[in-house]
Amino acid sequence: MENAYIPFPSKVLDVIKHTDIEYTFRLEFTGDVKPGQFFEVSIPKFGEAPISVSGIGDHYVDLTIRRVGVVTNEVFEKYVGDSLLLRGPYGNGFDVDLYNDGETVVVAGGTGVSPVRGVIDALSQSADPQNKYAIVGFRSPEHMLFRDDLKAWDEKMNLILTVDGAEEGYQGNIGLVTKYIPDLPIKDVNTAKAVVVGPPAMMRFSVMGLLEKGFKEENIWVSQERKMCCGLGKCGHCRIGEKYVCIDGPVFNYTESKGLID
Amino acid sequence: MGFVMNKEDFSKTIEKLSKDYRLYAPVLKKGEGRCLDEDIVRYDFVKNADDIELELKSDYSFKEILLPLSETLFYFTENETKVADKDLSDVLVFLRSCDLHGLRRLDDMYLRNGKEKDFFYNRIREHVHFVLIGCTHSYKDCFCVSMGANKIDDGYVFSIEPRDDEFASEIKDDAFTSYFVGQKEDVAVSYVTENETKVNVPDRVPLSIYKSDMWREYDARCIGCGRCTLVCPTCTCFTMQDTFYDAKGKVGERRRVNASCMIDGYTNVAGGGSYRQPKGERMRFKVLHKVNDFKARFGYNMCTGCGRCDAVCPEYISFSTLINKLDAEIKKEAE
Repeated sequence: MENAYIPFPSKVLDVIKHTDIEYTFRLEFTGDVKPGQFFEVSIPKFGEAPISVSGIGDHYVDLTIRRVGVVTNEVFEKYVGDSLLLRGPYGNGFDVDLYNDGETVVVAGGTGVSPVRGVIDALSQSADPQNKYAIVGFRSPEHMLFRDDLKAWDEKMNLILTVDGAEEGYQGNIGLVTKYIPDLPIKDVNTAKAVVVGPPAMMRFSVMGLLEKGFKEENIWVSQERKMCCGLGKCGHCRIGEKYVCIDGPVFNYTESKGLID
Repeated sequence: MGFVMNKEDFSKTIEKLSKDYRLYAPVLKKGEGRCLDEDIVRYDFVKNADDIELELKSDYSFKEILLPLSETLFYFTENETKVADKDLSDVLVFLRSCDLHGLRRLDDMYLRNGKEKDFFYNRIREHVHFVLIGCTHSYKDCFCVSMGANKIDDGYVFSIEPRDDEFASEIKDDAFTSYFVGQKEDVAVSYVTENETKVNVPDRVPLSIYKSDMWREYDARCIGCGRCTLVCPTCTCFTMQDTFYDAKGKVGERRRVNASCMIDGYTNVAGGGSYRQPKGERMRFKVLHKVNDFKARFGYNMCTGCGRCDAVCPEYISFSTLINKLDAEIKKEAE
């Protein structure tokens, strides 16, 4: 019988440094994978941690990792040529095609940008990028991730880049992502779609803002972050109500997620 | 079909069985309870009939045979991962109807939740067989009748129960007939039809209950020790844990250890976030899993009414009382 807990080694092809504590590791991987899915990344003897896919290529996946715990501290010691152990991909992920037609808004905050990076990328390359919006927020200019992508998105689609706070003299937008929702120039709120990913409070208030603007519940998707020890629907940590975030999610339609109370 | 055995026959039968099977049964551990001089009944491997506790209710469930408190999954050396070995010889587990019902919950989680069967659960599960201990009477805190777990018709190879000075067995799997020494007779396993404790399980739990004040009582009363989930035959959560043996960190292992939604750290995510800090919220999460959320997923209630969590709680929080409170609260809200 197949043992799904056995990880496979994957070579580090590249390391992209965004901030002092946030790096993207490009890892060798061949197989089907979608934005919003995640891998269990492990350093044997230190442990495993669930990390979202932030980029997908023919023979690699990007994992953007913030140095915040035992495992991620060790991951940061790995550089090009070394190997990490992986299991996955797990979770349902985003169905990118769903957001290609008509008006779509992605609201993302902080490391929440990782799981939707592929979605925003696809939207920026869609047939009508003028109907695609991304509101992307970071804590400060120093915390910004994917700077090259942000530049490319800004050229192709409607990007609102904002920071929660910045030192005096900062030229860009300052304010929470929710500040920009009421003024989105949406033509038809009945059909417009929205994807929201970020810290719990940011997601709650962003969804509230979208609903107030007139977005339909069934047109809003969110991605949940929970402690996922196994990724296989066994360990129980990520359960909310009758759902297991690791196998039923992490992407949920809002009609489903609104009934999930931690 | 069955057998009635005197004490000596029963001993011989167990002796014969122990040659082909490892026997895992409730055992009375004298003086090993929570307090000084307190006894406890928990599961262990036995060789003799005398060691099997068939009278008293066990304080812990059988689940550790399938889900050890701590189980090594892999050994790591520098570049190699080796799956840990396990004794996969056949086991006979002696348990009561409530626990055999509990097994179905464990199977649903480990074999049918998600796409893959759990490798480590499955490899031992295939070698575990069950002996049903008949219940000739109900015990303190039991509410199995309310939960529909008082009776079970299959899933066991034979039953066993003490009757006065004798032991009676109903044979389900004829392959076991040859082990028996005693008088052939028609035997039907006993089961209880009424408990002193009764619960009303609500059919449907409205979302408003999640926010109800009824849980606030447990913010202070519950101390989050996790004993209730440890003794529960249907609790299945685990945490992955890596460890290394030497200062250089080159050799080590990955384990999984029992986890509890009642204990600090259960929901911690990277960067310091967590969910359900107040104990009342954890209580709500656990209670609604047992009598609502599991049912929404698998079609039947998780709790089997064994009542062990009532007995083990150091704060005297009664789970059966909680179910009744929940039901009353829902009815009150509906008015």
